[in-house]
Amino acid sequence: MNGLWPQLEPLLAKVAKPARYIGLEDGSQRPEHANDRVAWLLAYPDTYEIGLPNQGLQILYEILNERPDAVAERAYAPWTDLEALLREHGLPLFSLDTHRPATDFDIIGFNLSAELTYTNLLNMVDLAGAPVRSADRLEHHPLIAAGGHCTYNPEPIADFLDFVVLGDGEEIVAEITEVVGAWKVSGRPAGSRAAMLRELSHVSGVYVPSMYDVTYDGSALAAITPRFADVPETVEKRTVADLADFPYPKNQLVPLTEVVHDRLNVEVFRGCTRGCRFCQAGMITRPVRERPAEQVRTMVEDGLRRTGYDEVALTSLSTADFSGIEDLVRDIADSTSNNSPVSVSLPSLRVDAFGVGIATQLQKGRRTGLTFAPEAGTWRMRQVINKLIREEDLYSAVEAAYANGWRRVKLYFLTGLPTETDEDTLGIAELARNCVELGKKYTKSPSVTVSVGGFVPKPFTPFQWFGQNTVEELRRKINLLRDATRKSHGVQIKWHDPKATMVEGIMSRGDRRVGAAIETVWRNGGTFQEWSECFDLDLWLEAMAEHGLDPDWYAYRHRTETEILPWDHLSAGLHKDFLWQDWRDALAEVGLPDCRWTPCYDCGACTGYSIEHIVASATPPAGGSQGTGQDLGSSVPVSLLGRKPEAAAVGVE
Amino acid sequence: MRIRLRYSKHGKVRFTSHRDVARIWERVLRRAELPLARTEGFSPRPKMHFGLALSTGHESLGEYLDVDLREPEADEIDLGMLPERLSPLLPPGIEVEAVSVINRSDPSLQEAVTSCVWRIEVPGQSVDSLTSAVAAMLAADAIPVVRERKGKQVADDLRPGILHLSVLGSTPDDAPETGAVFEAELATQPRSIRPAELLAAFDPPLPEGRVCRIFQWINEDGATREPLSQGAHVTATAVAVAPREDHPDDRSHGRAHDTQDSVGSDGITDPATESAFDFV
Repeated sequence: MNGLWPQLEPLLAKVAKPARYIGLEDGSQRPEHANDRVAWLLAYPDTYEIGLPNQGLQILYEILNERPDAVAERAYAPWTDLEALLREHGLPLFSLDTHRPATDFDIIGFNLSAELTYTNLLNMVDLAGAPVRSADRLEHHPLIAAGGHCTYNPEPIADFLDFVVLGDGEEIVAEITEVVGAWKVSGRPAGSRAAMLRELSHVSGVYVPSMYDVTYDGSALAAITPRFADVPETVEKRTVADLADFPYPKNQLVPLTEVVHDRLNVEVFRGCTRGCRFCQAGMITRPVRERPAEQVRTMVEDGLRRTGYDEVALTSLSTADFSGIEDLVRDIADSTSNNSPVSVSLPSLRVDAFGVGIATQLQKGRRTGLTFAPEAGTWRMRQVINKLIREEDLYSAVEAAYANGWRRVKLYFLTGLPTETDEDTLGIAELARNCVELGKKYTKSPSVTVSVGGFVPKPFTPFQWFGQNTVEELRRKINLLRDATRKSHGVQIKWHDPKATMVEGIMSRGDRRVGAAIETVWRNGGTFQEWSECFDLDLWLEAMAEHGLDPDWYAYRHRTETEILPWDHLSAGLHKDFLWQDWRDALAEVGLPDCRWTPCYDCGACTGYSIEHIVASATPPAGGSQGTGQDLGSSVPVSLLGRKPEAAAVGVE
Repeated sequence: MRIRLRYSKHGKVRFTSHRDVARIWERVLRRAELPLARTEGFSPRPKMHFGLALSTGHESLGEYLDVDLREPEADEIDLGMLPERLSPLLPPGIEVEAVSVINRSDPSLQEAVTSCVWRIEVPGQSVDSLTSAVAAMLAADAIPVVRERKGKQVADDLRPGILHLSVLGSTPDDAPETGAVFEAELATQPRSIRPAELLAAFDPPLPEGRVCRIFQWINEDGATREPLSQGAHVTATAVAVAPREDHPDDRSHGRAHDTQDSVGSDGITDPATESAFDFV
């Protein structure tokens, strides 16, 4: 079954990088569709190169295709050249696996990890031949769904989505499949779509925007209330209690053409308890759930043998914090399969000599660059954001890097953080200069690249009440940094466009009214907005003005404690008063220790769902919990969950 | 030990680039757990040598790859089984069809190959109009073209590099767009002439449909042979390539002519090839 392939084939000869539209990856499947199987089209609203490595999408692809009642295929955003040809020839969005039209699917499920992809989502829904607004869709149209980190505030795109999934997808896709499957088998009688959506809203973790009324008091949000008594007032996220139950992906897709992160990826844990206050991922994915070390070893070994990759990344939000990381790294480094050298990478490196020690053990080949994320330029600022890295931690890390043969160091920073002064901003330049000086002991021309991003406050973080810096203010700070490093040989400054930061801010904390502007931007051709060559701030400002929306009000305004936030009817488990207290602590420059190694301070993520941190080893990472001043000694002050079957007793209900 | 593999590339996978295919091969050779010889230095790479690049989108019945294997482990390998061992690891549409041991001192594929035979589909063309276009091109003493080289416009004559053209007939039934098909033998020395250049040089220029490389030839002392040595291991399903006498009028128009076993699905046994319109 090749579906649209005969029509697509001549078009592919005319577009850039056609290999991204052919599928055929090792690990890809050609599932058989049937009336008693719910057909999911798992979609990523960006190009194949960006979307293919997405682990969430690959995990669900496998889990769904293992089920007898579901099939899953994949789609990515066609680049503008192919989109134009598809529209010219009247062809729809298609799946990569069997080149089937998107209209053949029951659910198109989008992974949303960046706000600027929202217009691509609309474009793909339109290319799929469905009306972009859920209210206009009929029984025969696919259900449009979304999951991923952005959906913790789905309100700006709520009018375009039939349903939203909060949290881990591994278990909930089964429950959704059952509801949609029954509807499909019933023949979807006219007028049944709304009833089916109402039933979906009963699945814990599913949010159906059309089942809620939004009321306003002037410009302020007054309430978001369920329209029916059986629809939950608050939608709770789903959390997989034990990662050991889900050793996915088992058959990671191996692309035929170049993509980002083109290597084997093995997730070693989910969640993070460091408590960096700017970090939404760390807050919403709690608690920490480590994969058993033995399972990690097996997944690495099998994965390398199956894929032929010579590089594996151990992924998580802070891999060096994996308990027993040293043993794990030694085992993997020693067991390099057959005759080929394997390199292991940790995508997020701890800022201390311990982290570099691990990297040294791993990086067998040429040592080019190492990346650290101190995030802020002064200790004061780092206390505000709770990234408790001391200057000596950074300097020891950088010195260890140069001493071990690395020549380039990259440092990530945020600017526009709460309470930030020019002294804090200039602290970034100071750190970078000192790093270059350290490097001179070991190499003639050390290079330090400073990458600066404008801070965007995110929902479900202590900074969700903070009004972000204006475009002008961010620009001024970046110029301050550029001026301060102009004569500093060896320091390069790179920065994220403050105009894009502003639009991200509007989407990040926007309400349902913003949807009209997103639709207008899309109708005016504003796709691929996360690509700097396509981004156009004027399109956004004009669209906001057209709909009477004030961009400054959305992006720059500080919120008050009592204000109703657009995501107050959703929950990541975190208590709002915990977040508010943490926000006050931030302003008071008070740090909060990593709760994995200290008594619980009841943020809500564990207690609310009766789940706990799961650590793989009783050995805490050497060097302690970096920067937090915690001396861990040799024992772990938390209880280790036993492996199966005890862990299974801790349910998600 | 240096081995030379011949493989085909057809179907959807034709849209991968030369670089993509190189990466695919690197992973496949690792998965096959062959004793690969590696470069020295910080990041050792397997020693692989590719032949003339195939443009993205073009199919081929004759691609070649040289791989260096470590000795003595390489002696243990059953070369005859190698195609069957490698093909299942490759993406659908890439199949290894023959393998032979070559001398490390042999010239590289890029140096050795002197010409390629292409089958080119021209959508929207009738056989008659293509026939007269081909005749006109062959009748020309020179085909002046301007091409870009290192950012400068350079005048060039394509005619000496056009060794042979013949119209084969209408496009086969599986062609994405209907039209006519012709075959072209284009020189690769002193420079490689691409099918796209040839099509652009017609007056008016011809559109490009499916393009398939049928052969790569090495011309040595007037005799022509393919880059595999005598005694190569060839799979049962592959199409054998006989050394050919260099008499263009006798040449075959596709691999199907050289064997009783047809390839089938990729359309190269199209009966249209029987009614060739030959020009020299």
